[in-house]
Amino acid sequence: MKPIISVENLGKQYLIKHKESRGGYRSLREELFTIPKRLFSKQEHAEMFWALQDVTFDVQQGERIGIIGRNGAGKSTLLKLLSRIAEPSTGRITVRGRVASLLEVGTGFHPELSGRENIYLNGAILGMTRNEIRKKFDEIVDFAGVERFLDTPVKRYSSGMYVRLAFAVAAHLEPEILVVDEVLAVGDAEFQKKCLGKMEEVSKGDGRTVLFISHNMEAVKQLCNQVMVLDSGKMLAMGNDTGKLIESYFAPQSGPTVWKGRETSKFLTVTEFGLKSFEGEMLSRPVGIDEDVVCYVECELEEVHSSFNIGVAVYSREGRCLFWTFTTDGPEDSWPELKIGRNILQFTIPKLFLNEGEYYVELMASLHQIAWLFEPVATPVVFHFTVEGGFSLSPLWLESRPAQLAPFFVWDNAESA
Amino acid sequence: MSMELTIEAGKTERQYWKDLWNYKELFLILTWRDIVVQYKQTVVGILWAVLRPLLTMLAFTFVFGSVAKLPSEGNVPYALMVYSAMLPWQLFSTALSSASNALVVNANLVSKVYFPRLLVPTATVGVAIVDFLLSMAILGVIMCIYRYLPPIQFFAVIPLALLGSVLALGPGLLLCSLNVTYRDFRYIIPFITQFGLYVSPVGFSSSVVPEKWQALFMCNPMVGVIDGFRWALLGTVEFPVKPLLISVVFATALLVTGVKVFRKTEKTFADVI
Repeated sequence: MKPIISVENLGKQYLIKHKESRGGYRSLREELFTIPKRLFSKQEHAEMFWALQDVTFDVQQGERIGIIGRNGAGKSTLLKLLSRIAEPSTGRITVRGRVASLLEVGTGFHPELSGRENIYLNGAILGMTRNEIRKKFDEIVDFAGVERFLDTPVKRYSSGMYVRLAFAVAAHLEPEILVVDEVLAVGDAEFQKKCLGKMEEVSKGDGRTVLFISHNMEAVKQLCNQVMVLDSGKMLAMGNDTGKLIESYFAPQSGPTVWKGRETSKFLTVTEFGLKSFEGEMLSRPVGIDEDVVCYVECELEEVHSSFNIGVAVYSREGRCLFWTFTTDGPEDSWPELKIGRNILQFTIPKLFLNEGEYYVELMASLHQIAWLFEPVATPVVFHFTVEGGFSLSPLWLESRPAQLAPFFVWDNAESA
Repeated sequence: MSMELTIEAGKTERQYWKDLWNYKELFLILTWRDIVVQYKQTVVGILWAVLRPLLTMLAFTFVFGSVAKLPSEGNVPYALMVYSAMLPWQLFSTALSSASNALVVNANLVSKVYFPRLLVPTATVGVAIVDFLLSMAILGVIMCIYRYLPPIQFFAVIPLALLGSVLALGPGLLLCSLNVTYRDFRYIIPFITQFGLYVSPVGFSSSVVPEKWQALFMCNPMVGVIDGFRWALLGTVEFPVKPLLISVVFATALLVTGVKVFRKTEKTFADVI
């Protein structure tokens, strides 16, 4: 049988302008005022950037493909090309069936319109005809669980209800090919499970094809029977060995346990992020299980914002997030004092806490509840480290424990006073 | 398998016009959405559509009719003469400004789903037409008050209104695509509609324009539409053959240019917006 999607040498090129323009768009004023400048300097300050290059693959009907890769790897670009939002610069895509893309839940939802009206609107935007929507209407409402609020404007919906309704419409699309980008990042755990279940049902039960981008490796593992790994616009691997491919994505590159560079987001510039020993030495060896280590962030601040915080996310090698920790986790008087200029923020990962294994650490930063500066998973500031050395100080336990953590707790006997 | 579609770099033209037809239902729904949203807060929405032409009519009647003492056409009340010109002008200016902003307003749609982008600005013209119909109803009321019976060629307003919409859509598409790349175009649009209002015979009759300026005056494509409206609704002027011809030529030329430019820049919308 012919593959349902064939992609040949697909590429997408973007023009990046090298000037201090704030956004993607220009203003006429800017353009007019730079005419003299451009007349005199022939050299074009633009650089071509391949967001996606030479990607070739086939997808058979009924396959569920997880697309993984770090931010900027080209995942979203690929989905945009497949769903025809953007036009490819090179290559060709042949699609044999109706594609519905779900790059964001609730695309086109209008806050003033009621739930009922939005179902029709959203359905039409996603490519359903009115008849199809009418037929599916009850099912959609049922899945979302919003019967009582059908005639309420969606601006009065809770965010949970909003997402549920939006996903419900999309899930009942019945396209041959469903393209999904990270919708599961929203909604509560129970609803996420429901969504995954629905997507599984759609593909396994009805033989539909699903392309799924997610940073949630658990979800990818659960849903997909194939994984494609993208890195800087190129396809590194694709296959049905999902577990292994996911691991390779999180696998440590050899080298010291530190990230060095210069990443700026708004008023924050990070220059170094890594682990050092308790004594302050750089580490380029595995961390002993009985060793306290310090995780530090060296950064420059242009201003001190009251809701600013920096945090760290630690992942296991399988991509499971183990914990987050932020500078502002404790009561306000325990927060580190920040100053304009250079700061070194640090905390100690205690000994006898993480089990043997490989870990992956991400830097996060945000203005709490306002904006991410470095968003988890999207952040480019990351490093790997390894923990080694059996389990504990006990003479009995020299091999490693099962499970991700190997904390040491002191036992006593309440009877022996 | 239901259909096969090949997306290839730089070869999407043929598919486009087919899609435009395939997405006709989305077009209807987008129009419906814009109308519903506009009139959602019912009292304010409809009141606005009534008040705007009425207040402008009062102001113009006062300034041009009572202060400047310009003559009306025949024995028609000055207010009625102004209002019958307000109708096509408001249709034109609402359609033009909403079409021009359509893509920027719907940026989230454009960057998240595929559909022929031409639908968005075109659908907003639908809202202008609904506004227009409301204003027509008010005209009926005003005519009753003045006990004025419109002439037989009354129904000519339908093609004339269509001409006005097309006349707005052409430059609307042009500005719409420019607006995506250069955001400051949005400041130009109110200027066009403001300026246009004073060079078009809305507050005055075309007959008051001095002979030596007539040729230049008629280059404004809205003159034909507005005089056409006065001919159809009031019967006070001759059927404006020459100005209408100019309007039709302008409308066609602008529409063709508008669509062309729009199509050319459309591919990059998702990248810049």
